[in-house]
Amino acid sequence: MLSQQLVNAITLGSVYAIIALGYTLIYGVLKLINFAHGDVFMVGAFVGLYTISSAYLGLPFWLGILLAMGACALLGIAIERSAYRPLRSAPRLAALITAIGVSLFLENSFQMAFGAQPRSYPPIFPKEPIPWISHHLGVEMNFSQILLILVSAGLMIGLQAVVQGTRFGRAIRAVSFDLQTSQLMGIRTDRIIVLTFALGSALAGAGGVLYGAYYGSIDPTMGIMPGIKAFVAAVLGGIGSVPGAMFGGLIMGLAEVSVVQFVGSQYRDAVAFAVLILILLVKPTGLFARYQSERG
Amino acid sequence: MKGNRLATAAITLMAAALFLALLNWGAHLFFGPYGRRLLIAWGINSLLAVSLNLVNGQTGQFSLGHAGFMAVGAYASALLAISQPEGFGPFLGDTGSYLWILALFLAAGSAAALVGVLVAIPIFRLRGDYLAIATLGFGEMIFVIVLNLPATGGARGLGGIPEHTTVLVAFGALLVGVVIVKNLVGSRFGRAFASIREDETAAEAVGINTTKYKVLAFTVAAFLAGVAGSLYAHHQVFMVPHSFRFMKSVEIVIMCILGGSGSITGAILGAGVLTMLPEWLRLQERFRLKVDPRMVIFSALLVVLMLVRRQGLLGNRELSFSSLRAAIKKLGKNTLDRKGIADA
Repeated sequence: MLSQQLVNAITLGSVYAIIALGYTLIYGVLKLINFAHGDVFMVGAFVGLYTISSAYLGLPFWLGILLAMGACALLGIAIERSAYRPLRSAPRLAALITAIGVSLFLENSFQMAFGAQPRSYPPIFPKEPIPWISHHLGVEMNFSQILLILVSAGLMIGLQAVVQGTRFGRAIRAVSFDLQTSQLMGIRTDRIIVLTFALGSALAGAGGVLYGAYYGSIDPTMGIMPGIKAFVAAVLGGIGSVPGAMFGGLIMGLAEVSVVQFVGSQYRDAVAFAVLILILLVKPTGLFARYQSERG
Repeated sequence: MKGNRLATAAITLMAAALFLALLNWGAHLFFGPYGRRLLIAWGINSLLAVSLNLVNGQTGQFSLGHAGFMAVGAYASALLAISQPEGFGPFLGDTGSYLWILALFLAAGSAAALVGVLVAIPIFRLRGDYLAIATLGFGEMIFVIVLNLPATGGARGLGGIPEHTTVLVAFGALLVGVVIVKNLVGSRFGRAFASIREDETAAEAVGINTTKYKVLAFTVAAFLAGVAGSLYAHHQVFMVPHSFRFMKSVEIVIMCILGGSGSITGAILGAGVLTMLPEWLRLQERFRLKVDPRMVIFSALLVVLMLVRRQGLLGNRELSFSSLRAAIKKLGKNTLDRKGIADA
């Protein structure tokens, strides 16, 4: 029973981790809570639905995920260009309000276009738990759960390799550390920021498709709560830190599943905020904090 | 000097009474029940926007959980009114009814202010967008608690709330709220708020206890939001916790920003636009859509506003008779100048 809950927690935590990776990257370079990130995740899920479902395009799963990632990357670029870049030198609150506006706009225009009712996702993988795992480990896991966990771990490792090992990654780190100085050092900061947006949004898009495949239904407001919880996960792990985002995501998954298990499912959303307020008050830089920024 | 001040107060009071009487008379003469309901909604939203303005506009702190305090006030007031259906009736007769409404407001405001203090003390250790996220979190936590309390009826809603909110009551409360905020802003406290908004570090350096003033602004705002919640409860008669979620907080923020953060009349103007515009849209036949287009328009409006006119419609100016006169004078002068050029 307990080990089964642990598996559920890790699965849920992996979803949060994928979204949190994007948050942490974007916050790192722009110092902006990209409220629209959860909605980019939602858009990814919808692109997945329309490309994979046999009622529409009927493409294979892997192609659907790639298309969703591409579409979300483009969306991220569009958002950055049109809504955030003009406000780069404005007070940060103006940018935050704009981010909320973009988020609401995506949610509501999708509601108008696709309706507010949940849409069922095509059954891509068998829902039944894999017999080998239930026999040997005593927990029930189906294929999409394993895929979700593996993909999120893979994305984290890949991202960490990009951020730590490539020129692009070094530029991202430089921009996160000090935007103006890195500009003086000849880094094309606008380009790095827009590429970071594309990268983070693509991750969210992949997360959206995996989420849909696992939970089986999506709707235009599905991104709000995972978005907020992933943000909490990113803060918990330490904004700007890739392993921190992963770790924070897993902790959020654990916290949520244990609250549902031991306290009651009505407090499932409140736990995220409780964790956030706690972490901000006790250790506002997060567990794996890198940079000191204006927080407390 | 002292007598002069007294006279000013008396004149202001009389002007306020006259204004309310005229408004009440006009509302009953020119508007039907629908128009009056809309007017009341404007009044309630204005009070919310004016109170949030104290935090967002004057003190420069970004709160995204204002609807939570409205919820506290609404439920405190509604539950009190339901548990005491007679009000002050047994003691004071008919004359007690306004006193009872006043008591409900005070109860609602105090409850919200109490929650406000409890929230403010820990979260004002944070700044900027972390503060925004934390207030969002507290707002949602208030929602979850209200939803799960046995007394509030949970998601099924709370009905049978006595109707008390008339045009007179709503605008009377708004007027009192505006007077409180205006006096606060014009006082030593207001200057402290403004210094925090302009540069918190510098304010601290000149010896302003920033935390104290931020908590104060937040608490007064929570009090007024609680009163607005009470107005809302006794206006709607039936309410569900979902009306006080994040979206409502965002709506209040938009009202504040649209009118011009830092301006009281701007907040009232913004509240008016956000109350009337959706109603007008609803009445347009050709916009009949399956989904309420309201939020799409609000959100697009918000983004465009931030990109084009970040300071809002009025900025931090106030709409007043003297500013109106100055504007007309300037307009006249400009036309005269142009004429002069043409003549030459």
